[in-house]
Amino acid sequence: MRVSIDVDRCQGHGRCFSLAPELFTFDDLGNGVVLGDGTVSDAQREAARLAVANCPEHAVSLRESS
Amino acid sequence: MSDKVPVSDFATDWDHTDPRWVADPYPIWDDLRQRCPVAHTERYGGGWFPTTHDAVSRIANDTDHFTSRTVVIGHGRPLEDAPPAPIGVAPPISSDPPFHQIARRLILPAFAPGPINALEPMIRDLCRRLLDGLAGRDEIDAGTEFAQFIPPAVIIRMLGFPERDEDLFREFVHVVLEGIDQPVEQRIEQFAPIEEYFAAQIEDHREHPRDDLTSYLLSVEVAGHRLSPEHVFGTMILILVAGIDTTWSAIGASLWHLATHPEDLARLAGEPDLMATAVEEFLRFYAPVSMARLVKEDVDYVGCAMKRDDWILLGFPAANRDPAAFPDADRFVIDRRENRHLAFGLGIHRCAGSNLARLELRVALEEFLARYPRFELADAAGVTWAPGQVRGPRHLPLRLTSLEGQQRSA
Repeated sequence: MRVSIDVDRCQGHGRCFSLAPELFTFDDLGNGVVLGDGTVSDAQREAARLAVANCPEHAVSLRESS
Repeated sequence: MSDKVPVSDFATDWDHTDPRWVADPYPIWDDLRQRCPVAHTERYGGGWFPTTHDAVSRIANDTDHFTSRTVVIGHGRPLEDAPPAPIGVAPPISSDPPFHQIARRLILPAFAPGPINALEPMIRDLCRRLLDGLAGRDEIDAGTEFAQFIPPAVIIRMLGFPERDEDLFREFVHVVLEGIDQPVEQRIEQFAPIEEYFAAQIEDHREHPRDDLTSYLLSVEVAGHRLSPEHVFGTMILILVAGIDTTWSAIGASLWHLATHPEDLARLAGEPDLMATAVEEFLRFYAPVSMARLVKEDVDYVGCAMKRDDWILLGFPAANRDPAAFPDADRFVIDRRENRHLAFGLGIHRCAGSNLARLELRVALEEFLARYPRFELADAAGVTWAPGQVRGPRHLPLRLTSLEGQQRSA
């Protein structure tokens, strides 16, 4: 599984990097940024799911890695 | 306000300053959501109030049909000589695209998590000193003696204004936000001392630049040009207005909830790790801020025949209680883990200070609960709620049981 952020939707609410700091960080405007290639370990799956479920802009997604 | 005609039906005649709305708007909004769900009024020259998450989201994201050139509902429309869209009087909140993005990018770095998180020790120290000042008291007004002191003290330090001016600052906020019912001429008169004060501070910063937000706004350049004096002043007014009674309302409403829900208070006092989650539920359930838009041109929208210059009251707090968007929407769930609330708005005008607001709210509650794990309303009738677009308790009389008191009686 991998997380990604739709940069056109992200408005910097900051939920993703607060809930899943191992998967996300922020840029100098405070917008969310995926760390590395966004690969989610089994241990990080719940945090990733919460990051998706708490983004008011629906900008965060979690998908099967291709 | 008292000579107003009372509202007969909020569906066709809503007024967000009506005493019933001010005291307890939630049943009114629930009723409107089922019946309308976009309410109308002829007051304030005409306006609409969407109550569903869907309608609020659509309008918040639609800058083609709605302008932000003024975001606070009043009797007049923006003055003829006020800076027009896309800049507006208080950029970027009053700005439309494409200028909006330029103005917003200027201020976002100052409110990004890095610089904001660095303020935590200062905010914690401030809260502790406020609580120290209340030591030994059994009863306090947590509105006027605690919550309302925190945001102005933080903003005044960020702007680099003299700390001794905190009282004056709170007065300015009162003038700007709670005078919405007064005639335009009187508003202009009330604004004069604020403009004078800010002009003096700006002048002082011009002569003695330092490391603060004011100096930053004076020195930053867009396409090789410094900001106009109107832009600098407008952004400072925005920071003053948006950063102060909003957060103090959130702190006060959260304390009010805990004072009236002992089971939530006991759980939060006993489980400090729950705080970050609880803060989001406080924000959903008691979202203090509703913003306004103006309809750009006549349009049929969300089932309503909207006219140019009609107001839209963007009810983020009402959207946060929409059962179509939140399970158990009308229930405060202190450990709600999935919480896509709109307390800070949605779209390009997402509250630029949301990182700061969350930090202040969390630290204020942490420090208050560390000192007073048990408290209740001292006088339910003494609680008063601010009217208008920012809702929170102004007076919040609490009876306290301090940690020391508990230990003595144990």
